[in-house]
Amino acid sequence: MSNVLSNEKRGMRELGAEKKVGWNEVTHGVVLHSFEDDAADIALRKAEDRKYSEFSSYTATVASWRVIKPVYNRDICIDCQNCWVWCPDSSIISRDKQILGIDYDHCKGCGVCVEVCPTNPKSLLMFGEALSSDDAIAQWPVKEKKEK
Amino acid sequence: MAITSVKNLKEFSTSNDRFEGAHLLCPGCAHSMIVRELMNCTDDNLVISTNTGCLEVSTAVYPYTSWDTSWIHIGFENAATAAAGAEAMYKARKRKGTLKNPDAPVKFVAFGGDGSTYDIGFQWLSGAVERGHNFTYICLDNENYANTGGQRSSATPIGASTTTAPAGRVSYGEKRNKKDMLAIMAANGASYVAQVAPNKWKNMAQAFQKALSTDGPCYINAMSACTTEWKFDPKDTINISDLATDSLAFPLYEIINGTELNITYRPKNVLPVKDYLAAQGRFKHLFKPENAHVLEEWQKRVDEKWEYLQRREEARV
Ligand SMILES: Cc1ncc(C[n+]2csc(CCOP(=O)(O)OP(=O)(O)O)c2C)c(N)n1
Ligand code: SF4
Ligand code: SF4
Ligand code: SF4
Ligand SMILES: [Mg+2]
Repeated sequence: MSNVLSNEKRGMRELGAEKKVGWNEVTHGVVLHSFEDDAADIALRKAEDRKYSEFSSYTATVASWRVIKPVYNRDICIDCQNCWVWCPDSSIISRDKQILGIDYDHCKGCGVCVEVCPTNPKSLLMFGEALSSDDAIAQWPVKEKKEK
Repeated sequence: MAITSVKNLKEFSTSNDRFEGAHLLCPGCAHSMIVRELMNCTDDNLVISTNTGCLEVSTAVYPYTSWDTSWIHIGFENAATAAAGAEAMYKARKRKGTLKNPDAPVKFVAFGGDGSTYDIGFQWLSGAVERGHNFTYICLDNENYANTGGQRSSATPIGASTTTAPAGRVSYGEKRNKKDMLAIMAANGASYVAQVAPNKWKNMAQAFQKALSTDGPCYINAMSACTTEWKFDPKDTINISDLATDSLAFPLYEIINGTELNITYRPKNVLPVKDYLAAQGRFKHLFKPENAHVLEEWQKRVDEKWEYLQRREEARV
């Protein structure tokens, strides 16, 4: 299951890195197949059980859009799934009602997940892109007192 | 219809994504929150049409697609036309017995922006609803033509500054009132009509599921807070949406068969509408003393609309 968080199997490509095709070379009425196999039961399959084709944006990355990134702290999280439902980039990975972590290939660093996290201190916080997650967790704030 | 449980968020989180990341919508864009939730709230096959606008240009950047279902891109005015055509063909082929898998459940959905829905695709949407196609039309209402740089549409509310109705020395921005698409669609004969907002995820999922399981044309107006054109920080999409629903700037309600109106969300504490307006750059100028009358007008219209919705709900009309 953890392989859903590793990007090796996806053969990640930076968007726009592929050979450019001129407007007059694009095939008319082009059909892009998202999967390499029959997708009839795709709604019943998790990402790790799917064969994404190279046409699916799942196999691409927008990581370079970020200057800040969310870091996830499992110790405080109550698995409420707020961050999962509101992430605009399908980048919070949840399995069996538990958060596994952040998909840094697709996260754009908007910060919505941090805003909607209800714990105190928050279980998600934004840090500079260059900081390692371990270093971020080492400087996690302690519980804030409620303002009276 | 194979419905995903939306009893609570934990259960809903076991659904599988069919809308993929690495689309190119702005960070914090609400369009994707709405689309992903629609796709996660059913296991049925989906045939989706999307016309030109932010959603389409950002999710089908050749050679990529972010869609894990059958998906058709069509011109600006024709989201409804494409879904209606696919639905009609599906029915015909089912009748003739030429479908490969006639028993597989299929739902037809169209996504359009407010520019295409309220203005440019209005006639085609009206026709598809009139013909009674079995489909759900979802308007991603960000109250402007976002993809072309923020021009006003007939969904733009009074006082908003847009590139074609900018606020300045002689104008406070948009002068006209927002068109009431829900009333129009209900009068047009839509079987189910609802206004939803992504911050109320359960309310939205329930409306989606009702629409998908209703036989006949359905129209859903989904508020889609636009970080770029409403001018707020991308992290605040849900905060702004909360202000919109809790100030009743976007009241959430449904109309069944054109006659039965139900309010589907009642804020515990109704916020003043100026709290919602103050959080967005597009309304910044309204807080100058000379524009105080626009703030008053805004609040008055919100109060009148809420009063009207409550009266209709009470009278069961
Ligand atoms: C017939 C036609 N007129 C104009 C355009 C240019 N155009 C492309 S996207 C767009 C704006 C779309 O606005 P809206 O429907 O509100 O969607 P949004 O981008 O805001 O989500 C316009 C005007 C077009 N593609 N086709
Ligand atoms: S920062 Fe934005 S894109 Fe990244 S995980 Fe959080 S909500 Fe998703
Ligand atoms: S919003 Fe916070 S508490 Fe809730 S699941 Fe996400 S990280 Fe955990
Ligand atoms: S301009 Fe607005 S609607 Fe378009 S992608 Fe950006 S936030 Fe979304
Ligand atoms: Mg729009």
